[in-house]
Amino acid sequence: MAVLTGAHAGAAHADHALPTEEYGLWAWITTVDHKRIAKLYLFTAMFFSLIGGGLALAMRTQLAVPENDLMDGGTFNQFFTMHGLIMIFLVIMPINAAFFNFVIPLQIGARDVAFPRLNALSYWIFLFGGLMFNVSWFTGGAADAGWFAYPPLSDDQYSASNGMNYYLVGLGILGTSSIMAGVNFIVTILNMRAPGMTFTRLPIFTWMSLVTQFLLVFALPPLTVAFILLLFDRTVGTTFFQATEPGGDPILWQHMFWFFGHPEVYILILPAMGMISDVIPVFARKPVFGYTAIVFSGISIGFLGFTVWAHHMFAVGMGPIANSVFAALTMLIAIPTGVKVLNWSATLWKASIQITTPMLFAVGFVAMFTIGGLSGMMHATVPVDQQHTDTYFIVAHFHYVLFGGSVMGILAGIYYWWPKMFSRPLSERLGKWHFWLTMIGFNLTFGPMHVSGNDGMPRRVYTYPADFGWELWNMLSTIGAFVTLLSAVLFAYMIFKNLASKEVGDPDPWDGHTLEWSIPTPVPVYNFAALPRVFSNRPFWDAKHPEATEIHDAGGGNGHSTAPLQMPPLFGPPDEHIHMPPPSYWPIILAGGLTLFGFGIIYFLPLAAVGVLVMIGSIFAWAKEPV
Amino acid sequence: MRLFEFSVCARTLPTAPKDWKRPITGLNRALAAAFRPIPLRGALLPLALTAALVLSGCGELPMTIMEPAGDNARQTLDLFIILLIGSGIILVGVEGWIIYALIAYRRRAGNDGIPPQTHGNNTLEAVWTAIPAAIVIALAVLTIRTIMVQAAEPGPDALRVNVYGNQWWWEFEYPEYGVTTANEIYLVVDREAALTLQSEDVIHGFWIPKLSGKMDVVPGRVNGFKFTPEVVGAYEGQCTEFCGWAHADMRIKTHVVTQAQFDDWVAIQTRDATAEQQESEGARLMVSKTCNACHAIRGTIIQGQEGPELTAFGIRTVIGSNLVPNTPENLRAWIQNPEQIKPGVLMPALGLTDAETDTIATFLEGLR
Repeated sequence: MAVLTGAHAGAAHADHALPTEEYGLWAWITTVDHKRIAKLYLFTAMFFSLIGGGLALAMRTQLAVPENDLMDGGTFNQFFTMHGLIMIFLVIMPINAAFFNFVIPLQIGARDVAFPRLNALSYWIFLFGGLMFNVSWFTGGAADAGWFAYPPLSDDQYSASNGMNYYLVGLGILGTSSIMAGVNFIVTILNMRAPGMTFTRLPIFTWMSLVTQFLLVFALPPLTVAFILLLFDRTVGTTFFQATEPGGDPILWQHMFWFFGHPEVYILILPAMGMISDVIPVFARKPVFGYTAIVFSGISIGFLGFTVWAHHMFAVGMGPIANSVFAALTMLIAIPTGVKVLNWSATLWKASIQITTPMLFAVGFVAMFTIGGLSGMMHATVPVDQQHTDTYFIVAHFHYVLFGGSVMGILAGIYYWWPKMFSRPLSERLGKWHFWLTMIGFNLTFGPMHVSGNDGMPRRVYTYPADFGWELWNMLSTIGAFVTLLSAVLFAYMIFKNLASKEVGDPDPWDGHTLEWSIPTPVPVYNFAALPRVFSNRPFWDAKHPEATEIHDAGGGNGHSTAPLQMPPLFGPPDEHIHMPPPSYWPIILAGGLTLFGFGIIYFLPLAAVGVLVMIGSIFAWAKEPV
Repeated sequence: MRLFEFSVCARTLPTAPKDWKRPITGLNRALAAAFRPIPLRGALLPLALTAALVLSGCGELPMTIMEPAGDNARQTLDLFIILLIGSGIILVGVEGWIIYALIAYRRRAGNDGIPPQTHGNNTLEAVWTAIPAAIVIALAVLTIRTIMVQAAEPGPDALRVNVYGNQWWWEFEYPEYGVTTANEIYLVVDREAALTLQSEDVIHGFWIPKLSGKMDVVPGRVNGFKFTPEVVGAYEGQCTEFCGWAHADMRIKTHVVTQAQFDDWVAIQTRDATAEQQESEGARLMVSKTCNACHAIRGTIIQGQEGPELTAFGIRTVIGSNLVPNTPENLRAWIQNPEQIKPGVLMPALGLTDAETDTIATFLEGLR
């Protein structure tokens, strides 16, 4: 401990060579600091979640009673299409990106990401792409062909408004943002780990994030290609996905879309799995049970994720052989997933569990994700899937995975890392209220959908008849949605209250395991005054608790050595000079050029040329900037 | 299957005719032995749920997958029951363990001790990798077996029906009988039904949950599947692949009838309109008001191809793609302004007077 505090005492009255933080709007616009970009991602995603959540509430209100006429089919179709797209691309993915940005460099002992300006560019493209996507509400109707936009329904003949064009161009732009971020974090994790942080010492959140970045980089390009082909179908009359002309096939789109779409599920859930793999051991005061198994199961989920896309198409008529193969491959995913769930549960064995809000959400993840996983097995069983697919049973299933899984994990992560991000923890008392309201609201919303779906209620219907036995379940779902709204209001209140405070809390409130807890709060611009040297996969905990540590892999130990080795110090003396990348406004201008290009494609091609010129100009200026 | 008594109202379960032989497999027998006495009924939760259902007006569940009336749906339910039981056991195990651990290993106030620092246990982890693997293999075998059973070629005596999906209604064509009809499909009990599915516009999904799982209706492709209805009755179906504005209202009415009843139905469907009907004011109005641009009636000059066939309309039980019963009031309301019953419908309101509407409706009702 003495070594730790010593290192930072040195940093605190640092000499003038150490970079300091700039304030003001311009500093935020030109920032390349991964911690600020993380906050930008987080709050932008929270803003978009208000839109996505509002759409959900409107739909649940419409479906509260049968034969409701609050909204018509056309409006409802736009609402569910945009709800899905916003929640996936503008909420969960960017919140995950916020965590990649904030946590990964701190966990691996780095001072920033590998390409700080590229990182800023990813954010600005995401922001502009997301806003552009929402402009379509005001230009004659948003996309209305469902989030997976099957042609021919998504062709210009059946979806005539500009909404689908905004979908294709907007999401295409967002995709470039994710690919850039993916490359950036792969390079960061591979190259910028602190000395001694081998792949068996990488914190599990960083590990799962690494897998996620590979999924992004490999899954998004086929989707982008599909978007471009469909855009051609819609605008210049090609027939890639049309059955009426020779050469095209609507099913081709489904393969291309789901080849992205299934890895996307793991893009959404793997980071959350990583978060709770870090949260649970901290509050159990134990190492995670079976580090290697958890890491390898994550990797194999990533690989298998690319082999199962056609399980979204069991009712398409692929034939018994294809259906059987994809069923068996899909079932295989149950093995690594089961291993993960059991290892998390085993971490609780003979632990000393501190039930904090992040721990509640993390355990809530395991509890709820298990339900989603089990119903997933039902859908791998082709004949059962042919009954359940496109019913509310599926809606229940993927919300248990994406809300009960991803969102619960993200909330665990927000509560867990908040004190490091914003210098003081969120209220524990209100946090527990938030947890229970979320739990009740979520289960009340999506639990009954298992029954309504099993009793035959199709999804994507804006109205349903009375006397089919669906009324009660729909009413319960709607009540649940409003309980969830209540939990969101409480959460927003907690955030505003927390941000209004100037208090600076404990830099290590949870007795953390990993490096991010070893540095002061608020985190200095340069993160680490001295780069750490790592000897285990719980470097900070081992440094704090030398009495309880077996440095089980320092010097080739096998984890069973009885005599603890002498713990080497985590930090050496602080660096005299630290160079941080200077701010830059070219990322936001380049992103603006790309957005201009997007609008140009939809409305007026010469505008697209202007956008390209802006982009080329910014790239040159960027390249000539001093770093 | 009475396993889930709480999601099924027992008193309205369709009863199988006496001559209906439900194949009793070993599994069925085991399940029946385990669940027929309904030990669940004594438990509080199912009772409460049943009560809630009754309060909510649970009379029937016309589209539940829990009351199969066809071979595909029945085999699928058998699989689903296995999955439900297995999932239930796993769920109780995992959730029970988590709750137990949270209580038993909770950190007490003032306990700053460090628990034993176990990093893992290779034997244990190998065991719980092997268990899901074994479950997966067993499930894959059961699944693929059922897939193959259901994918077998239909026999030579199968009743062949060509199904065409349209925005937002269904056309049914019986090539062997020369019958074309819309929105109400007739199938014969205990006779295999072999369906081909084709789309005239976008992708639709054909689903009659009590008879079989669903199959997509894809433009440019001819999908086929077969199943055998096992219980006489009327069943609800629905388009399940999102197909645009009125997707919610693209329903299907299914009548499973005996062979004799089916033959009678075919006779009515293949009968030309009488000379009197051909000459009637109603038929003339249907031409002058351009109904014939879309609709067709056998034996008349009304021979449109775009919209639903109206031959033998008088014996239809529903209108608007199974949205409302075919009553005189509904039919007149529909003819005058279909949008009012089915928002988004492509059939236009033709601005007919009450008298014209009544003439056309009377003519249609007479086609039987």
